[in-house]
Amino acid sequence: MPDTLPPDSVGLVTPQTAHFDTPLALAGGKVLSDYSLVYETYGTLNAERNNAVLICHALSGHHHAAGFHDMGDRKPGWWDAYIGPGKAIDTERFFVVSLNNLGGCHGSTGPASINPDTQRAWGPEFPVMTVGDWVHSQARLADRLGIERFAAVIGGSLGGMQVLQWAMAYPERIANAVVIAATPRLSAQNIAFNEVARQAIRSDPDFHDGWYEEHGTVPKRGLKLARMIGHITYLSEHSMGAKFGRDLRTDQLNFGYDVEFQVESYLRHQGDTFSTSFDANTYLLMTKALDYFDPAALHGGDLAAALAPAQCPFLVVSFTTDWRFAPPRSRELVDALMRADKPVSYASIDSPHGHDAFLLPHPRYEAVFGGFMRRVARDLQLEETT
Amino acid sequence: MRADLKLIHDWIPQGARVLDLGCGDGALLAALARDKQVVGYGLEIDPDGITACIERGVSVIEQDIDDGLNNIEDDAYDLVIMTQALQALQRPDRTLDEMLRVGRECIIAFPNFAYWRHRLYLGIQGRMPVSKSLPHAWYDTPNIHLSTFRDFGQLCRDKGLTIVDQRVGNGDHEPHWSSRLWPNLCGETAIFRVTRASR
Repeated sequence: MPDTLPPDSVGLVTPQTAHFDTPLALAGGKVLSDYSLVYETYGTLNAERNNAVLICHALSGHHHAAGFHDMGDRKPGWWDAYIGPGKAIDTERFFVVSLNNLGGCHGSTGPASINPDTQRAWGPEFPVMTVGDWVHSQARLADRLGIERFAAVIGGSLGGMQVLQWAMAYPERIANAVVIAATPRLSAQNIAFNEVARQAIRSDPDFHDGWYEEHGTVPKRGLKLARMIGHITYLSEHSMGAKFGRDLRTDQLNFGYDVEFQVESYLRHQGDTFSTSFDANTYLLMTKALDYFDPAALHGGDLAAALAPAQCPFLVVSFTTDWRFAPPRSRELVDALMRADKPVSYASIDSPHGHDAFLLPHPRYEAVFGGFMRRVARDLQLEETT
Repeated sequence: MRADLKLIHDWIPQGARVLDLGCGDGALLAALARDKQVVGYGLEIDPDGITACIERGVSVIEQDIDDGLNNIEDDAYDLVIMTQALQALQRPDRTLDEMLRVGRECIIAFPNFAYWRHRLYLGIQGRMPVSKSLPHAWYDTPNIHLSTFRDFGQLCRDKGLTIVDQRVGNGDHEPHWSSRLWPNLCGETAIFRVTRASR
């Protein structure tokens, strides 16, 4: 982080916490009697309270989507490329709300929180959350912030599923939906990758059936493996090749099993970093939420029927080299929206960066996303608030 | 609005469900939504066109017409429109079949290659025509299936389709006595309204 903040940054931001005492009934049958959600906001809520935008995060995401927590931060929030003054989500017009979902490990109530019934950490007993549960809790946060209706609900990957859920469950509370690099349901291959990641964690001797905190251990090896597997699916073959090729760390082969290729080094580094910053039980829970999401299943497999309650225009964006949630998955969604007579626009962005492309700067992605948001602002007659 | 689009605009009934193949910047669909409460989607592959549609609130889907319309069900639309795209398709005849599968009626506008200026270009100068409606050189043109007003009428008859209306116009689609007498010679652009053969 340089000494001065970039002019198109939301600047220094401080997370806030909202506590809720009203019990939240979950899809799995359990009830969270009380819980906290940590969130950040950028921009200013206008007098009409109609310029709020909700950001839904992906598997390993959190509330810190834009700006810096302090001048010492090395990197800004995870979606800083698209949130800020003059950016696609223009904080001079929109009031942005970004939260950490329930079950997370960045401040919202999750497996590391205290279970009020037992007075010990929830650990593996923290209820499995669904996308529907998350959206329910997000709606309560909106109530707390005095937001009746979001100008847009926006998310990439697992975040895109939450956007779909918003459009189906709270059609009157969402004016526009932006679904990026997402899918209306996981494929068998997606679930398979998630299961390998879960097994990596659960088979780590330090996992202790999820009670690692009480044992004073961290299932680092499992988390590291899970992240390495996940990370491969976030990149494309091309981007890995371009970044690392077959480059070696030293100038010769060592005929051993230590790190030799640069890509090995990179993956191990990614895994190591992740294993010290993310909670294993949260990872398990988030992958389950992904696996379970399937709105069409409740309608005999008819996605158009599932989307029938939606009332808002949609923007759907996919990336050509994304093989985790490939463009045909977005097309499934788009076709269903068309069958259901919903306003929808779809762009397939030519990017070499695989699934991760949704986080990265890209001129055409920016033009499409920014264009949609400018139309949203125009329709709602939003003035600049700052 | 472009002259051919203005004419098409007048033909579309209130509240129709419309699919616009190669919708460009979405000007037609935006006008139809505003003036006639038309519900519709445009298909487009040009990035600038797609962005323009999105920015003006027109539903646009990035989809190549040459890949077919398999994702769209039979009779999903009242009208399928295609302006200035026919001549750039891999197989215009197959696209026509697809259009009449997903829609009851279709409207197609394309440059008439038999227009007298084009004939002069080819016949007298011996060179591939370049004009307002065909602005490209032979080597970089996207227009790979040029046809005439008469050709298209023949294709419709071969397929047993019903031609509801057929017009030609100059660049501005203004009616002129000469184009009424000799449409294939005097029309710069051709517009057809076609429906499936009556069953």
